[in-house]
Amino acid sequence: MTEEPSAVASRSQGPAREPLLELRDINVRFGAVQALTDVNLKVYSGEVLALVGDNGAGKSTLIKCIAGINIPDHGQILFEGKEVRFTGPRDPTALGISTVYQDLALSDNLDVVANLYLGREETDRPIPSISEEQMEKRAREVLADLNVTTLQSPRLVVASLSGGQRQSVAVARSVMWSAKVVILDEPTAALGVAQTKQVLDLILRLKQQGHAVIVISHNLGDVFEVADRIVVLRLGRNAGDFEAKDVDRDDVVAAITGANIAAASAATPGTATPTA
Amino acid sequence: MAAESPDAAPVLTPATIADQEAGPVERFRRRVTEGELGSLPVIAGLVIIWITFQILNPNFLSARNLTNLIVQIADMGTIAVGIVLVLLLGEIDLSVGSVSGLGAGVMGVLQVKHGVPALIAVPAGVLTGTLVGLLQGFWFTRFKVPSFVVTLAGLLAWEGLLILILGTTGTINLFDPGIDAIAGNFVSPAGGWIIAAVGLLLFLGGMLRTRQRRARAGLETRPIAGLLFRAATASVLVLAAVYILNSDRGTPYALLILLGLVIGFDYITRRTRFGRHIFAVGGNAEAARRAGISVTFIRMAVFTLAGTLAATGGIIAASRLLAVNQSSGSGDVLLNAIAAAVIGGTSLFGGRGTVWAALTGSLVIGSIQNGMDLLALSAAIRFMVIGAVLLVAVTVDAIARQGRASAGRA
Repeated sequence: MTEEPSAVASRSQGPAREPLLELRDINVRFGAVQALTDVNLKVYSGEVLALVGDNGAGKSTLIKCIAGINIPDHGQILFEGKEVRFTGPRDPTALGISTVYQDLALSDNLDVVANLYLGREETDRPIPSISEEQMEKRAREVLADLNVTTLQSPRLVVASLSGGQRQSVAVARSVMWSAKVVILDEPTAALGVAQTKQVLDLILRLKQQGHAVIVISHNLGDVFEVADRIVVLRLGRNAGDFEAKDVDRDDVVAAITGANIAAASAATPGTATPTA
Repeated sequence: MAAESPDAAPVLTPATIADQEAGPVERFRRRVTEGELGSLPVIAGLVIIWITFQILNPNFLSARNLTNLIVQIADMGTIAVGIVLVLLLGEIDLSVGSVSGLGAGVMGVLQVKHGVPALIAVPAGVLTGTLVGLLQGFWFTRFKVPSFVVTLAGLLAWEGLLILILGTTGTINLFDPGIDAIAGNFVSPAGGWIIAAVGLLLFLGGMLRTRQRRARAGLETRPIAGLLFRAATASVLVLAAVYILNSDRGTPYALLILLGLVIGFDYITRRTRFGRHIFAVGGNAEAARRAGISVTFIRMAVFTLAGTLAATGGIIAASRLLAVNQSSGSGDVLLNAIAAAVIGGTSLFGGRGTVWAALTGSLVIGSIQNGMDLLALSAAIRFMVIGAVLLVAVTVDAIARQGRASAGRA
């Protein structure tokens, strides 16, 4: 029964001074392919960071480094200012970094409560039966906290939910176990307009609660709607780090495609990081 | 009763979350169209079967024949409990017939040929099934051989082992009163009433306790009328059954064993973490693995249980037939158990079903076989009828799945 650390929330637009999560000079090589070269990333509490880039830019590889699935060949990962080493997916989870992959990993045949508690069911004593009432109560609280109001009942079977609702359930599951950093992989892919709006609202709600949110997306419209900062990867390298309010869409597109790096940097002199 | 259907309301306020929407008629209509039928088709089917056979032979619904029917389905139902568990995982165990024969064979050989007391020979037979299930579960999870193939190999191998341990004798007749009591003894009429009353009180108490706990946690509760209706229905069914059984020989031990297993495993599957994890693995093994559930442990445990229950069923069958022979557990034993589980409403596609399917499905299969026996139909006809019933059951399952898919629930 852990509550989210709402004290971390910074209501101001500007990020807190110390990054919650920092990646320094990350290098990943798969055989002959250099997937990531000297990539840097800083994530702050109460901030939505959008990670964008073309196919093969290294977004997924980078996310997998944070999720403990890929182990960087070289480079540092710092969490709350201290260097950490991940040897598997359990390590980041233990620190409070949780990842919601595109396939969501929900059990369709179980209801929302059962999915939220999957693998972590609470049981009564002395007869070890599942404490359905406690779990349902807390599930309702978590969903209400995240403003997930379209769900008629947490007793609905997941198979009967819409895409947006499923995404909401997957996100709720990741944050209800005191996650500080939530990584969302293409959360709005394959969603309709109304459902996309639901998920974007949910992302803003996570930010309000003080979570650091990393969103991978191809949809720049969505990115500009929720992101505070936009980090661009191109061919496995940093290709731009923009404050979302200071930059327009064309600059980001230019950074993604590498069409005109100089122009992109010139357009936002203070914020863009020129790349080698 | 709310008569309006709140279908397709796109946004609902938290206030409506508490609203349990629609009346019972509307809920029923939706369940039918969306393929969430539960145990309705099987109960409807059972009523039709009973009426049909009663018309064809007036002895069918007599107390004596219904008691025989109950004793006849005890072994099938016990094996089917294990099949339900395996089907919930989305797997299959084709060896349960042979394992039931092997378990009975081990018990018979120990008791009759080696003079081992029944109190040891019976657990040894059950344990044989446990070990076989564990071995098959290990093979399936360790080498990732499909369960279908591992247990198909088992089907043949364990039948061979049974013939081997029976040796030249071929048939072993069981005379031990302890073993014969399993399927041959009955509880006195007074005992039957007491067991029924205690069971019904526990059922009612459980429902009231759940209701009270939900109210205390601030969750919405079902209307008290519905609860009373369920309690009344259960009471009528149970008391009628005891009355009928008492007007013949009383409540069979075998029925108590089967009911105990069904109620016990129903509780395990619905109310414990282990049971929840069985459903999770059957629904989405990858999601279960990522949630930290040991998929390997769950699979091995379920195959071990299936083997144990198969051997238990085999021992009940041996006790009923008073013999073990080379064909024990072969023939239609496997098919009947699978058919019972599926007819009872367990999906072949994993993750859906209840343990009660083992009981209701066995009643259907048992009733058809019993009825055809009364009519003295030939084996040819009986095989074709059971085959057709199985086909109908899996077709209903497949169609229900399509219904769920088009209603967005599959």
